Amino acid sequence: MKSKYLETTLRYNAELCTGCGMCSSVCPHGVFTQTGHVAQLIRPTACMECGACARNCPVEAITVEAGFGCAVAQFVAALKGSKEPTCNCC
Amino acid sequence: MIKHTTSTFTLRDKLNHLLARTGLRRDRFRVQPGLYTLGNPDKQSSVFVTANYGLSFDKLRAALFGVDCYILVLDTKGINVWCAAGKGTFGTEELIHRIDSVKLKQHVDHDMLILPQLGAPGVAAHEVTERTGFRIEYGPVRAEDLPEYLRNYKATPEMRRVRFNLLDRLILIPVEVTHMLLPAIIITVFLYLVSGPLAALAILAIVVANLIIFPILLPWIPTPNFSTKGFLLGSIVAIPFFLLAFFDNPLAEWWKRVGYALPYLLILPSLVGFIGLTTTGVTTYASRSGVEREISAYFPVMFWMLCGGTLLGVIFRFIR
Repeated sequence: MKSKYLETTLRYNAELCTGCGMCSSVCPHGVFTQTGHVAQLIRPTACMECGACARNCPVEAITVEAGFGCAVAQFVAALKGSKEPTCNCC
Repeated sequence: MIKHTTSTFTLRDKLNHLLARTGLRRDRFRVQPGLYTLGNPDKQSSVFVTANYGLSFDKLRAALFGVDCYILVLDTKGINVWCAAGKGTFGTEELIHRIDSVKLKQHVDHDMLILPQLGAPGVAAHEVTERTGFRIEYGPVRAEDLPEYLRNYKATPEMRRVRFNLLDRLILIPVEVTHMLLPAIIITVFLYLVSGPLAALAILAIVVANLIIFPILLPWIPTPNFSTKGFLLGSIVAIPFFLLAFFDNPLAEWWKRVGYALPYLLILPSLVGFIGLTTTGVTTYASRSGVEREISAYFPVMFWMLCGGTLLGVIFRFIR
């Protein structure tokens, strides 16, 4: 099936990681874990693209196209001609 | 100017919670941004940061019962921590501005701020440290875990996870009912007048399916996304309506009977599927790109089914 919520825009470059542990602390879905001195991407399919890890990574080892996973916000954006999903309901 | 707060709720607070949970008055349930004291904090006391949505603030102060501390309330325009973090209003800039405007350094001797974990999408901790000197510790997702967290300032993996269990889903129903009530009543009355009781009943069935059955069964409906979950539920709901409409006119020609019944089979699945798709935003796990893929995959199908069903319904309304 086309839409399984298994793909993600999350990208992680382990070579840049300094092992600060921030990504595994802020992720609400346990996508990262800290093993030894480096973060590991263990559950990429659980990523909801909230952007917490990327925003808090001091060395920019993580990128993600963060935004609202909300159809209403995306419809409103489409009607307004805006690229970023936006709404006033939350 | 420092304000004082408590960990207990007045009758008025409880009324505000009820109005917020039912969606009757959520927009104006706000707290004044700024610095608050809880109990009798001194210069070593912890500083907790939150949003200026009333429920966010109240959950935090209730969880901190018996703790002498400061609460720093950011101006998030009355929006909860997680949504505001996504919008950036619970963000790096607002936090830095607020630390400055309440002159936090004059009130505490330490350099630690405790933020809710769900504020992290908006706040770059390292940038706040660089620009203000304050270090950020992300506390647990839920305020109710704070007492355990505060024992050693460590959040367990369980505290770091968002959930969306049955209770989390049920508590959202009243708000959705409030939002959908008026349009549902108007369409029900309209359809009752132009078509009859069965069509009116179908609208009520859609409301019950989407607002009550859908959130309860969400994890167990065996398809991988919201549109198809709703579509499947809507199809099951449509079957009795299809059969009732078909057997309601046993003396009519067969093609007329199909014409009377088919709109239910087209409209109910597409509408329940569409409303199911719009609930992505209230869940705790739908991703932006996933919702985009889902819209492009299923929205056109649902749209044309709805149009086709409506057109057919109108046509056969006049062929009796």
